[in-house]
Amino acid sequence: MKIHEHQAKAIFARYGIPVPEGGVASTPQEAREIAQRLGGRVVVKAQVHAGGRGRAGGIKVVDSPEAAQQAAVALLGKHLVTHQTGPEGVPVSKVLVEQVVPVERELYLAIVVDGSGKAPVIIGSEAGGMDIEEVAAIHPEKILQVRVDPIIGFQPYMGRDLAYAMHLPSAVVRNAATIIGNLHRVFIDEDATLAEINPLVLTPDGKLLALDGKLNLDDDAFFRHPTHQQLQDPEQEDPLEVEAGKYDISYVKLDGDVGCMVNGAGLAMATLDVINAAHAQPANFLDIGGGGDEAKVAQAFRLVVADPKVKRVFINVFGGILRCDVAARGIVQAYGELKTPMPIVVRMRGTNAEEGRQILNDSGIPVRLVADLKEAIAQLQQVGRR
Amino acid sequence: MILVNENTRVVVQGITGREGGFHAERCMAYGTQIVAGVTPGRGGTLWQDKVPVFDTMEQAVRETGANCSLIFVPAPFATDAILEAVDAGIGVIACITEGIPVQESVKVYSYLKDKRVHLIGPNCPGLISPGARCKVGIMPGDIHRPGTIGVVSRSGTLTYEAVAQLTEAGLGQSTCVGIGGDPVTGTDFVDILKLFNKDPDTEGVVLIGEIGGAKEQEAARYIKRSFKKPVVALVVGATAPPGKRMGHAGAIITGVSGRAEEKIRALREAGATIVPSPGEIGVTMKRALRR
Repeated sequence: MKIHEHQAKAIFARYGIPVPEGGVASTPQEAREIAQRLGGRVVVKAQVHAGGRGRAGGIKVVDSPEAAQQAAVALLGKHLVTHQTGPEGVPVSKVLVEQVVPVERELYLAIVVDGSGKAPVIIGSEAGGMDIEEVAAIHPEKILQVRVDPIIGFQPYMGRDLAYAMHLPSAVVRNAATIIGNLHRVFIDEDATLAEINPLVLTPDGKLLALDGKLNLDDDAFFRHPTHQQLQDPEQEDPLEVEAGKYDISYVKLDGDVGCMVNGAGLAMATLDVINAAHAQPANFLDIGGGGDEAKVAQAFRLVVADPKVKRVFINVFGGILRCDVAARGIVQAYGELKTPMPIVVRMRGTNAEEGRQILNDSGIPVRLVADLKEAIAQLQQVGRR
Repeated sequence: MILVNENTRVVVQGITGREGGFHAERCMAYGTQIVAGVTPGRGGTLWQDKVPVFDTMEQAVRETGANCSLIFVPAPFATDAILEAVDAGIGVIACITEGIPVQESVKVYSYLKDKRVHLIGPNCPGLISPGARCKVGIMPGDIHRPGTIGVVSRSGTLTYEAVAQLTEAGLGQSTCVGIGGDPVTGTDFVDILKLFNKDPDTEGVVLIGEIGGAKEQEAARYIKRSFKKPVVALVVGATAPPGKRMGHAGAIITGVSGRAEEKIRALREAGATIVPSPGEIGVTMKRALRR
């Protein structure tokens, strides 16, 4: 789960990572008051779950409380479109108003779990402020990595190693090492999947500050962090994705017109690839998930057709825990609620596939039953042409 | 066959739960020797009038000689269950449980990596050796046939799809292993490929990867260096947008290596035959064997 910059920074501050002074505003008036308190010269930052805010005009440096208010007027209630969002952008309901910090150097600091090394890895770079993927492509030598043994945990020398390798002045090395250690504590204690400071800035007077902050939290660890779920901002997600989450259905909105419904994440990805091979564009990824019953299948179908872009549907079920007859009944149930008929291509295999097909055939809904993925491609092309 | 065979004696951790019970029954019906169940507080009872239930793994192993564990314990308690199985001396553990925090998996792996144990999963369908009628997982047994093709996959239902296609093409399976869809799993492609490499019953391998992480590239490096049998590979998710989790916790493109085309390129360069479309897994394997 992604959280906002201001939320991440509040957590960072709690763990002793210095962040610029500031406050969160939901109205232009509040933005003005915070700027007043900070002395006038501030930066106003749109709070959205997307990178690339600066280039998209979501970060404004201003010289007075009035200008801060104006900047907030320009951002609040609007949608910000960055290279990471769709064309419709993401809504801005809050801005972070912070003091402007003089910058001598910009560094990059992040912690992730490395799936291959099977351990947290601290990534540091003296080329901060840029997209780290770009740095990795152009200056791979400037990316430093330290693996942290999961059982022994972080050791101060790791922080010092990174600080020296980032060519920080000796006077701030100890402080940098402490910040790195604190970020590691955030990562572990908050069950993060990503903790990132980009940039971590060195000021001319030798201070280090987290100018930006990103923290992704592990959804699977919510059971031991009762407060984490409150940090969620459903406004930043696609409404259908939020709705799907309530039913424990994995749904990802895509851009095409072929709605799809599949059981299993791998098979769902394969189904998207099949749709592409049919020179069509999938409207969504949908994994019904394990242990689905008729009601859940019906709910999944409703989600698929709730997207106004969807003109045809491909259902691919490999019966296992979810039996095909159960899936078929769910489809029939939800199809009955449709106002306009829609062509549906269904492929069923595995447990009770024959019963499932029979139920669909007898239901009178316009389904095209296919035996395999090749035939599915042909049928999808055909219903697309009509 | 690898990991599980006719000598496999399975203990089900969480056998008295709904899911654990349902699948334990199906495994038994397939032919698996389910010798024990473990549920703390339910020791001394018989599950379904057939299988003795124990309070601890240590007791279960001591009393029944169980050497393989199948775990259905809910996520908040699953780490504990895995470690209990490891410390009881179990050699093969299949953890079906989905939703274990990644930092728990990291610790578990760190603890067991130097021990003589294979952890399959978590968040996986388990494993099956059709020739020994040994099914340790949640896959539908009836799609499998005894044979000489090994299957290793990060997915669940897509693995069933692959198996069904193989069976239809007349190709039975030696062992099928679902390594799981989490970013950190106990066993990776390379671990399973090493076992298939030495296994005289396995003639060729189907490898099913997906976006996210770099496990497919590691597999590619190993195949290039040491693997002696034909490999047919399918990598799904070519059309997935970066930064979006496609169901599996591990199926999220966060860097260049996570993209499907990078994985396909690595596997092709290593000599694997790439399945052109998900519907052609069986026929591709058949062709690869003829060469």
